[in-house]
Amino acid sequence: MPKVVYVSPAGDAREIDVPAGTTVMAAALKNGIDGIVAECGGVCMCSTCHVFVDEQFFDRLPPAQDTEEAVLEISAVERQPTSRLSCQIKVTDDLDGLIVRLPEKQR
Amino acid sequence: MKSGTVIVGTGQAGFQTAASLRTEGYLEKITLIGEEPHIPYQRPPLSKGFPLGKQDLESIELRPKQFYQDHQIDLLAGEKVVAIDRAAKQVKLDSGKHFFYESLVLAVGARNRTLSLKGAELDGVLYMRSLDEGAVVKDRLENAQDIVVVGGGFIGLELAAVACSLGKSVTVLEALPRLMSRAVAPLISDFYRELHTSKGVKVVCGASVSEMEGSGGKVRGVLLTDGTRFPADLVLVGVGVVPNIELARNAGLRISNGIAVNEYLQTDDDNISAIGDCAEHPCEFAGARIRLESVQNAADQAQCAAVTIAGRRNVYRALPWFWTDQFDIKLQMAGISNGHDCIVSRGNAESRKLSVFYFKEGHLIAIDSINRPLDHMMGRKLIANRVTLTPEQAADESVDLKKMASSSGAAHS
Repeated sequence: MPKVVYVSPAGDAREIDVPAGTTVMAAALKNGIDGIVAECGGVCMCSTCHVFVDEQFFDRLPPAQDTEEAVLEISAVERQPTSRLSCQIKVTDDLDGLIVRLPEKQR
Repeated sequence: MKSGTVIVGTGQAGFQTAASLRTEGYLEKITLIGEEPHIPYQRPPLSKGFPLGKQDLESIELRPKQFYQDHQIDLLAGEKVVAIDRAAKQVKLDSGKHFFYESLVLAVGARNRTLSLKGAELDGVLYMRSLDEGAVVKDRLENAQDIVVVGGGFIGLELAAVACSLGKSVTVLEALPRLMSRAVAPLISDFYRELHTSKGVKVVCGASVSEMEGSGGKVRGVLLTDGTRFPADLVLVGVGVVPNIELARNAGLRISNGIAVNEYLQTDDDNISAIGDCAEHPCEFAGARIRLESVQNAADQAQCAAVTIAGRRNVYRALPWFWTDQFDIKLQMAGISNGHDCIVSRGNAESRKLSVFYFKEGHLIAIDSINRPLDHMMGRKLIANRVTLTPEQAADESVDLKKMASSSGAAHS
């Protein structure tokens, strides 16, 4: 099963086994990762599941759609070049070891 | 140990209050009590992905069960609060239990407005708000053929789109002359009428339902006052909600179009807040006291109330926003358009990319967007920050809303 590593703003890393097909957001909620709020439930209406994707993985993700790009414009912590919404990242075997960093705040 | 905070209601607002209290560093006891026998879950999917089988129970839970233990939130699901004793600062449950509180949050929501028509009690006439009701709708949709949706608002149209996608014959009956008329401009209503019609949904506006016909206790059709009859083996009713004010009223709290609260979301009793669908609050963006039924309103008011309870009195001033998913089209709404005196648009219905800008006395008050997500997100900033945008600028594609929004500084709502 692919692993996803969540890194808190303080730098603490937690590695979680995530079934392929699950989103990075859903896996965070299921595993009690603080720092993902997911207010809208994963429909690209809020920015509260914002993450910074580790550079070595960023280019391997399918690119963000317009709706996601727009939402990233209102993130509580300003977007960076590797910003994504974790509700839009589906974990695949190819992404095993994916590292995402959580912003200081989501609201 | 102190008595802490009691939250009545396990919907999005109740859940978010509990979660935000812990995020805010609140250390006292938190008791979260709700009538539904489930842990808190998201309601929006019930009329969208859930009946389509795209989402299941587990995927709509707001947090897994473990979350409540991990955060020392005492969750009482399936328990009904029947009275508030304000003098004793105590709530009483129908099970006989009682809980003392220092702070009480009423996140008691709303319930469906029901039809009082001949035949309204027939089997196959369904309402939907809760997960249990949603499961029944999903189940009944499987074997139904002719579905009549009463109410052309968000919920009715979402359910119509679901039923149509499942291959059913669907008719929408709306009493007013156009769809979603309480919320959106005619341009948007027309777009959605065309969308539904193009998919095969029969849309009837100005429809006055007179009765449900049935045989053997089961619904067979819906009759209009003009004599038109629509066959139906399933009728889904979405004609709005009424706020649950009874608990507050019986406790002597002020009631208007909901439980009346001030800008801190407190009732007349400082120790009692009301938030979410049940609360009538002052809204600077509406320029009036309003009551909203939305995820944004529930979550942001919960956050605001939690901050106040945690010790930093906090004025509620979040910008309202909404969405609806029908077929493959998402409508995004920012602000409150009530009272607008000018409308301009960008894009057009033919391209399926359309934004409608609403102005009141020269100020931008709301934007509705179809497939123009950046307009929506920038709209939130523009409206929240009261950026001056003229109707001419709004209608002019060459005016970059992102630049306009960023010139005003960041605003997160």
